Amino acid sequence: MRVALFITCYNDLLFPEVGTAIVRLLRRLGHEVDFPAEQTCCGQMHFNSGYQDACIPLVRRFVDAFAGYDVVVTPSGSCASMVRRYHPLVAGLAAERGDDARLAEQVAEVAPRVLELSELLVDVLGMTDVGARFPHTVAFHPTCHSTRLLGVGDRPTRLLAAVEGLTLVDLPRSDACCGFGGTFAVKNADTSVAMGLDKVDDVLGSGAEVLTAGDTSCLMHIGGLLSRQQSPVRVMHLAEILASTGADA
Amino acid sequence: MTAASAPPPPPVRPPEPSFAGTPPFPQAARIALADEQLRTNLGRATTTIRTKRAAAVAERADWEALRLAGAAIKDEVMRDLPALLEQLERAVTAAGGTVHWARDAAEANAIVAGIARDHDATEVVKVKSMATQEIELNQALRDHGIDVWETDLAELIVQLGHDLPSHILVPAIHRNRTEIRDIFIDEMGRVGRPAPAGLTDVPGDLAEAARLHLREKFLRARVAVSGANFAVAETGTVVVLESEGNGRMCLTLPEVLVTVMGIEKLVPTWQDLEVFLQLLPRSSTAERMNPYTSIWTGVTPGDGPQAFHLVLLDNGRTDVLSDAVGRQALRCIRCSACLNVCPVYERTGGQAYGSVYPGPIGAILTPQLRGIAKHPVDKQTASLPYASSLCGACFDVCPVRIDIPEVLVHLRGQVVRQSEATHRLPTPEAAGMRAAAWALGTPGRLGLAERAAGLAGRVLGRSGSLRRLRGPGPIGCWFRARGLRAPARESFRAWWRRTDGGRGGD
Repeated sequence: MRVALFITCYNDLLFPEVGTAIVRLLRRLGHEVDFPAEQTCCGQMHFNSGYQDACIPLVRRFVDAFAGYDVVVTPSGSCASMVRRYHPLVAGLAAERGDDARLAEQVAEVAPRVLELSELLVDVLGMTDVGARFPHTVAFHPTCHSTRLLGVGDRPTRLLAAVEGLTLVDLPRSDACCGFGGTFAVKNADTSVAMGLDKVDDVLGSGAEVLTAGDTSCLMHIGGLLSRQQSPVRVMHLAEILASTGADA
Repeated sequence: MTAASAPPPPPVRPPEPSFAGTPPFPQAARIALADEQLRTNLGRATTTIRTKRAAAVAERADWEALRLAGAAIKDEVMRDLPALLEQLERAVTAAGGTVHWARDAAEANAIVAGIARDHDATEVVKVKSMATQEIELNQALRDHGIDVWETDLAELIVQLGHDLPSHILVPAIHRNRTEIRDIFIDEMGRVGRPAPAGLTDVPGDLAEAARLHLREKFLRARVAVSGANFAVAETGTVVVLESEGNGRMCLTLPEVLVTVMGIEKLVPTWQDLEVFLQLLPRSSTAERMNPYTSIWTGVTPGDGPQAFHLVLLDNGRTDVLSDAVGRQALRCIRCSACLNVCPVYERTGGQAYGSVYPGPIGAILTPQLRGIAKHPVDKQTASLPYASSLCGACFDVCPVRIDIPEVLVHLRGQVVRQSEATHRLPTPEAAGMRAAAWALGTPGRLGLAERAAGLAGRVLGRSGSLRRLRGPGPIGCWFRARGLRAPARESFRAWWRRTDGGRGGD
């Protein structure tokens, strides 16, 4: 099986260790992973901010970069949902403008193969115990796009529950948005922070040492608030925990 | 002295409050967020109703099928709207009612005022109605010298408090019972029967005070004004759902009834009501069935109002209908489920949206009713589609499956296109977005940008974290309350190239 990694633009720049964790994890499980160098960005920031036309070349680049792979795995539920749910709309916009008539066809080919990490592990590789060891108390934040747009359900918590030494604690009001919301975090910063501070209260109330999620974007927001409070609670991507064997934890 | 014989001046009452002048959402939200009492009241109320709604909906195994049916019926209405409206007009007329067509708020207000004047009315009683709030009917009638009395308990609280509504179903949701008691004590006596002496803030006592205050108005009024939850094109039947019985009083006691209804409130057939009478109560009040459902067709001699006028209101709705993505907002049955689950609404309250339609549905309906598809809109209106983190909770609960996040993003596109068409120079945001799109255009440019960011991070950072950057733009907005990791010294892309994906040693 040819698995490609779509790192996403902000993980590439800000959280490269999430990418190396996925590479380490998949190799440990006996799978090789490619990194198509032509990839850049799924276009979500532009799409959600109203610059939908700017997405057309990004979607074109995306399908070119990932054509031919059986599966594309990404450490972002949000970017996966952008690809699966909204790339067809961008292709429709392109067709309407007579820009790129073949784009829709190629999106229909590539987009359904783009999976968030927990979907790849549970659905395609058929495993919940990935042989990880992480002796810490962990709370899981089910991000809105993973939950509501992708429907990953309990896949991430099943993976976490199988990690040796890991104690999974309940996060109160876990279905509430953390307030990141892409450009919402800066366009409506006060509301975003108010939402985030309530999330921080729930995280602190959970007793977790580590907060994890399938999206570093939400974790960047929650973690940014935690760090201002000098909180010892760390934020880590799900991939980092699943890649961990205890030696580094 | 001539002044002694002049009639005493009428008591001075402030004009009806208006949403005009509300600042753009981020500023209005900041003011609301600073109000601790408001946030406590709202948090408590929305959490309660949210939990109750989830339980009421979970009782129905066929909830998804009902949602699909509701959406399909409303889509059929949108498709056949002109023919269905004419069918409704014929049916209402045949049943003894009179149908009026109003292009906009001014026409609708003039029609209602004209009917009240024809019947020599100096006051009207009102059933809770979003359409009449939308057209600011109360002020318009007062301008014609006609007093308007809201009779829904929450609307009464808002009216007596010279306040603005903050919720579609529970317009006084931002008030707690102590505040309500104080409003009743201070204000009831100015416009009718005063609050009983020694009024407490026990809910039952507050309801009794409202009941006594309103009763004399119900018995005296000759004209009532209502909205409509549904109207059946086939039979000409109008339907109002409510909880308190004040609506039933207004709909049955006065001699004249005027109903103002948005043209999208239609359903084609009587049988279609079956779907909506299940969807609406569970979604809005979390009840299996609401206490009062009033259903009438034209006039019935010797029973209820002997004159019935139906005002069909467009006020921007046909513009909404012309937008293939945005038109799903016209399915809305005003249940408020999206408000109650919205994490933004829960913290800012409804008044920050600057419209009688707050929350997620307001963020997509208000800009469309104000004509965003046709012409540039003001800054406050343009800020509404951005008043969402796109978390999607609203779509999950919508009983008619309005994909609110999809419409929000669609409207953001309209805002950007209008902004680019009206500004000679790009706004800082547009310039930034275009620059980002250019940098993301090829891996080579992205790699360069990443190296630049890594360098900048080393200059600005300290032990892996960026210093607290200050400023007015997006960067300052982030750092006011949040820390941020410095960009990585080596991007993933660069690591992969340098180490051959980790195979060449690290």
